[in-house]
Amino acid sequence: MNKNIMPPVIEIGLLGWLRKNLFSTWYNTILTLIGLYFIYLIIPPFLTWAFFDATFSGTTREDCTSSGACWVFIKQNMKLIIYGLYPSDELWRINIAYFLLTVSIFYLLIPNLKYKGSVGIFLLFIFPVICVFLFSGGLGLENVETRLWGGLFLTLVIAGVGIVLSLPIGIMLALGRRSKLPIVSLLSTIFIEIWRGVPLITVLFMASNMFPLFMPEGVNFDKLIRALIGVMFFSAAYLAEVVRGGLQAMPKGQYEASQAAGLTYWKMMALIILPQSLKIVIPAIIGSFIALFKDTTLVLIIGLFDFLGIIQFVGTNPDWLGFSHEGYVFAAAIFWVFCFGMSRYSQRLEKKLDTGH
Amino acid sequence: MTSETMIEMSSVHKWFGELHVLNDINLKVTKGEKIVICGPSGSGKSTLIRCINRLEEHQRGEIVVEGTELTNDNRSVEKIRGEVGMVFQQFNLFPHLSILDNCSLAPIWVRKLPKVEAREKAMEYLKRVQIDDQAHKYPAQLSGGQQQRAAIARALCMEPRIMLFDEPTSALDPEMIKEVLDVMVGLAEGGMTMLVVTHEMGFAKEVADKIIFMDEGQIVESKNPTDFFANPESERTKTFLSQIL
Repeated sequence: MNKNIMPPVIEIGLLGWLRKNLFSTWYNTILTLIGLYFIYLIIPPFLTWAFFDATFSGTTREDCTSSGACWVFIKQNMKLIIYGLYPSDELWRINIAYFLLTVSIFYLLIPNLKYKGSVGIFLLFIFPVICVFLFSGGLGLENVETRLWGGLFLTLVIAGVGIVLSLPIGIMLALGRRSKLPIVSLLSTIFIEIWRGVPLITVLFMASNMFPLFMPEGVNFDKLIRALIGVMFFSAAYLAEVVRGGLQAMPKGQYEASQAAGLTYWKMMALIILPQSLKIVIPAIIGSFIALFKDTTLVLIIGLFDFLGIIQFVGTNPDWLGFSHEGYVFAAAIFWVFCFGMSRYSQRLEKKLDTGH
Repeated sequence: MTSETMIEMSSVHKWFGELHVLNDINLKVTKGEKIVICGPSGSGKSTLIRCINRLEEHQRGEIVVEGTELTNDNRSVEKIRGEVGMVFQQFNLFPHLSILDNCSLAPIWVRKLPKVEAREKAMEYLKRVQIDDQAHKYPAQLSGGQQQRAAIARALCMEPRIMLFDEPTSALDPEMIKEVLDVMVGLAEGGMTMLVVTHEMGFAKEVADKIIFMDEGQIVESKNPTDFFANPESERTKTFLSQIL
């Protein structure tokens, strides 16, 4: 008997894969061909427009003479798109923050480095404090009003604050909702259901227009802070339900073993229950973060110019009328890069934390 | 010889809704005593030992463990849980932690031992149950018997004065039961006070000072092993014994 017999050619290699996945039956073959036809219809013209026929160099719209995209539009407005109306002389403050953020994140992404914990703590606790001073001023730095904040910078501020603060609040709400104390449970449930039951647009409108009406004369919170609080609680309510799902998946035995070992409620939650239940819901948590990141675009309706808002805004500049396609494609690409990055990170995290149960 | 009383339960009652799961339980356990509790399923035997470290709350009567009465006061509960180790039917190891971390977690966070010391002690107990070579693996990578031995080591790391076993071999494949029972016999020989809910009558004969038979929430029979197997008084005990022996 020949033990070294090879699998039939049809089972392996590219040919085998094609046959198995794309041409296995006659209707599968038809679907494959239709799919290929659509790809042919869409991709080559898009590439021609976006790259082959596009204009990359120049300074004004007159330089864009070809039929393709005019990336000069993006290039010329890059400062507005990234920094909003932030004063030119103070841009270094934002650049420092961008720099620190990028370096820290890359450091965390490289496997097997020392002091990752410290970098994480820096990013979560110290970096935001630095940012508050850098961005708004104080300690000798000139004050910059938040109405001048905008662009990608503002989007990252809103998303960053939302993500960093909404997770701990969401966890507390989830624990509260499952609490044995009826008052705590009731209040948490009411809070969660109210915030989940209202569209984010409504929350932002309320924060921007209604909230000042309830405040006594002269008391005035910054509009951005009001929007941030709205986004944060909105996201926290969703995360609370995600986390609660994870908590419910915990077997009773884990609680009992922790209690029998003498752990108090908070130690049991912090050391045994949450590490396991949060791990289960990583994909859903990151999903919430991605949704939050994209929802930041809604702040446009209360007059804050985030990344997408500012692109729309520069599109209305008489010098650059008619280039909104380029603007939207660029916005979509940048949003996609951020969201895809988060999605990949979530998958890495899941793999890393897998202990086989 | 009068020995120290470790656990005293007097007129303990417990209901699950309408169901009277513990009905007037009176039990005294002295230091070093090994008690095996058996009985049909639903007889209240697991509930009884779970009341001792308050995984279940009793509703009437009094439970005193090492001089501390179990009440709703969290401090008394925590104090008692520190003295009482428990081994579960389903092992209940923490799956996200290595075996070593499973064992050193409570000593570090409850007993406030320094990390190094807690780990050394954990290795010592893991050696005693002969799985020190598995210390850095995760629970899911171990066999059932190994997991249960790790669970015993985890409980021992707290240096408890009393050990509770809730059907420790019921979830194991037959060939793994012996390795767990051997560990328990070793523990008994070391003088540990033990309450064991089990149907392993061989184990009961070998180590028990007293065998308790429970049915419908009551202690029906409480005798030393020789008498328990030779002349059970109650009809229910006889029926039960005829079914499992």
